[in-house]
Amino acid sequence: MTTEPMTSPSEPITPSVTDAAPARPLWQVILIRPVMMTVVLLILEPIVASIFWPQSIDLQYILSTFTLTAPLALMALVLTLVIISGEIDLSPASSMALTACVFAAVLQAGLPFPLAVVVCIGLGFVLGLFNAFLVVYLRLPSLIATIGTLTFYRGLAQVLAGDASIKFPEWYQGLNLVTVLGIPVPDLIVTLAAILLALLLSATIFGRQIYQTGTNEIAAQHAGIRTRLIKTALFVTLGVVSALAGMMFTSQLGTVRYDLGLGGELQMVLMAMLGGTYIFGGRGSILGTFLAAWLLSIMTNAMNTASWLPATQFCLLGVLLIVSIIITNFIYSRTQR
Amino acid sequence: MLKRTFVAGVAALGLAVTFASGAFAAGHDFKIVYIGKNTGNPYFDSITGGFKDACAKIGCQFEFVAPATAEATSQIPLIDAQVQKGVNVIAIAPNSPDAMNQALDAARAKGIMVLAVNGDLVGNESHRDANILPVDFTKTGPNQVELMGSLIGYKGQIAILSATTEAPDQNTWIAAMKKTLESDPKYKDMKLVATVYGDDQPEKSTTEMEGLLSNYPDLVGVIAPTTVGVAAAAQVVQQRGIADKVHVTGLGLPSEMRDFVKDGTVKAFQLWSPYNEGWLAAYFADGVINGTIKNEVGAKFDVPTLGSITIGDKNVMNTQAELTTFDAKNIDDFSF
Repeated sequence: MTTEPMTSPSEPITPSVTDAAPARPLWQVILIRPVMMTVVLLILEPIVASIFWPQSIDLQYILSTFTLTAPLALMALVLTLVIISGEIDLSPASSMALTACVFAAVLQAGLPFPLAVVVCIGLGFVLGLFNAFLVVYLRLPSLIATIGTLTFYRGLAQVLAGDASIKFPEWYQGLNLVTVLGIPVPDLIVTLAAILLALLLSATIFGRQIYQTGTNEIAAQHAGIRTRLIKTALFVTLGVVSALAGMMFTSQLGTVRYDLGLGGELQMVLMAMLGGTYIFGGRGSILGTFLAAWLLSIMTNAMNTASWLPATQFCLLGVLLIVSIIITNFIYSRTQR
Repeated sequence: MLKRTFVAGVAALGLAVTFASGAFAAGHDFKIVYIGKNTGNPYFDSITGGFKDACAKIGCQFEFVAPATAEATSQIPLIDAQVQKGVNVIAIAPNSPDAMNQALDAARAKGIMVLAVNGDLVGNESHRDANILPVDFTKTGPNQVELMGSLIGYKGQIAILSATTEAPDQNTWIAAMKKTLESDPKYKDMKLVATVYGDDQPEKSTTEMEGLLSNYPDLVGVIAPTTVGVAAAAQVVQQRGIADKVHVTGLGLPSEMRDFVKDGTVKAFQLWSPYNEGWLAAYFADGVINGTIKNEVGAKFDVPTLGSITIGDKNVMNTQAELTTFDAKNIDDFSF
């Protein structure tokens, strides 16, 4: 890519209409991208918070409270891939609740732990596959289909577990209290998953094919990309990851009820959007979602220590989401990738 | 208002105490937070009012927070945040009996007192310091049956208008009502003919009430142990002008029932005072922090306006022994 200065209007040569747009300067290519907005906010937020609510800016507090966001963040990372591929999945929070309830139930029924893990992850696989079946094979719009499974999976969880909570054995509890170098394990898991998924997305052929699928599915198919297989794989992965997220979450809670992560799908979409993922597919980054998850966690906790009531918090988050979508769309409409 | 009559006395007493124990005044300046089930629930305004007024007397700092939804984990971030802020007392209306164990343990490990107020961590009592409930709920059923009996002369067909079929408190009370009716010979001439569910929605409760009246023409009384239900039932009776034939009672809010009591539609109904829960919680916290109250089963202490309070089994305290009965004579004393 060249870094020629843009032609100034005073120059006598008039470019013809067919000429390509001038290449953007390198600094613009690097800096003007949606993820930068997340970065800026992530730098700005602690500064603002440290002025108004100094108690909320405490590394130990930030790390330990992120463990509550970690399950949603983990799923949001995979959801980012699904959105980049041009689909959406609103059901993972419900799959998490259902798989976690089943996991707790089979453990309580006396199934050995490894077998219970297999059952839990297997169920996550099946739930993801069912989403893929609806979207990829029946060709239903993923927004509608996964609103359906969102309701269905959570309904199943309530039918199975009732309104009461199911307890986990003592030894299974407290994953979030285990730390490596002072960092709680769930935070590490999310970080590790982000690194792996970022590598997958940017450094493998499969990753590039996800982008191409989301940019233009027909074109991608003509180019020999098996877009339906890619989408199926992504839905199934999200199902499996939702089961893993549930296992992580329930270890922290020590118990599970059908309403685990209720409404979490909106937070996940918020993370992806705030991280600069383009809702119509083809664009976005794992780094963006990862940073946005931290941003959301830090912000929410700062607002909680300030004792803001939910209505006020929602207003701020809503404005943030709208602004982030406007900026994302603006940047994408002005730039090529 | 009931408490108002005591205000002057308490204020004078408080002044004298402050004067005498000025050296210990710092001990009363603790921070107490109440974490409600969810926002937009008027019932909690009354509890919060009790906390606020008590803290104004004691000298503590009070704050109310609540999550948007009553989902099991929604209160955890709020507990964490309050621990981080360094409050001294966390009072909570728990949304789950067990999901918050770890968060509450972490709070208690930092020396924060944890009180369950208006609900308990059933089966997980070791994760909180004490529990404050308005009334011994095993008495709700018998109290309501006795009130109904006194209204209808202990004779005739009665029905129950409840909330939802799955509400645990409602079902406990209904079971207790049935048991009281069957076991106590005093009520042998009262016959429970139906139990219907209005789902705590005014329209559905109205429809169910009208259904009762047409299905059971000999009905003489309806017990609605839910604030929405009892107001809806009273509305139907008022509109039809049949107050002398069908007696409505139940658990209601004085503010919602005042007009029905004044025009004679409802003779009497019952409830506890949510206000007193906040009031007791704040005084209890103050006493424990300052060493005047021992938080152990069987301990007794005095609270202004409430009188003597005993810490019961599993460190549970009730603000009142029996339900308060509201009628034309006293309803103007209550504003919640």
